[in-house]
Amino acid sequence: MDSLQSYLFISITLFCLGLYGVMTRRNGVAVLMGIELILNAANLNFVAFNRFGGLSDQLPGHIFALFVIVMAAAEAVVALAIIINLYKTFHTVNVDEAHEMKG
Amino acid sequence: MGAFAFNLVAILVVVTAFWVVTAKNLVHSAVALMGTLFGVAGLYVFLYADFLAAVQVVIYVGGILVLIIFGVMLTQKIATAVVVQSSMPNRFLAGVVVFFLFIGLSSLMFRTPWHRGELVETTGTVATIGTSLLTRYLLHFEVASILLLVALLGAAYLSRREHG
Repeated sequence: MDSLQSYLFISITLFCLGLYGVMTRRNGVAVLMGIELILNAANLNFVAFNRFGGLSDQLPGHIFALFVIVMAAAEAVVALAIIINLYKTFHTVNVDEAHEMKG
Repeated sequence: MGAFAFNLVAILVVVTAFWVVTAKNLVHSAVALMGTLFGVAGLYVFLYADFLAAVQVVIYVGGILVLIIFGVMLTQKIATAVVVQSSMPNRFLAGVVVFFLFIGLSSLMFRTPWHRGELVETTGTVATIGTSLLTRYLLHFEVASILLLVALLGAAYLSRREHG
């Protein structure tokens, strides 16, 4: 618990699982969950580097993680609005079935 | 004791994250995501990031997760919220890609000589974060508030009822 590597390893695992979710899920909401996992992995990296990089007086990593959380909230709101619109238009939330504009 | 608790939280994060991306039922995914988010908040506590841990619980678990569950509720019947996953070959291919990415990132991470500063025992980060948000990062703070306003208006516009 006092080594940078253990946090980075958890973060890598979270990132890879999130990426797997984004690539394999067809439901839009489930894709969004994968994105949340990836953002959490990034945040964990920021905070871990802040602690182990000797930046404890200014806390730039914490501030950046805070802004990432704000961005994640905004992104989730807009994405869910789009998914609900998708459901109203196509009666499906599977992102690969909405291919109206595909050539 | 501390190391044991850390391992417990780490295992919780990884196992529930795995469950999030593999569960057949979307509601199970959402519940597992709650475990992951709580676990990451616990890791923040181990990293002496008390304010961030609180923010993680309030915004992620209390806000974004509830929003996601609303998204599930509004688009599917809750009892039969079955996630349609990609076909088996696609999933296998994605698994292979992610596995090699994992191996590559891990070996890179363990071989890199990371810069190490000295570890200091901080007592609370709230004052430092508050001061720097309103001095050094004031512009970013205001931009973030405008971003939230735009997201609010955009979401309300996108999901409104059509008239005519």
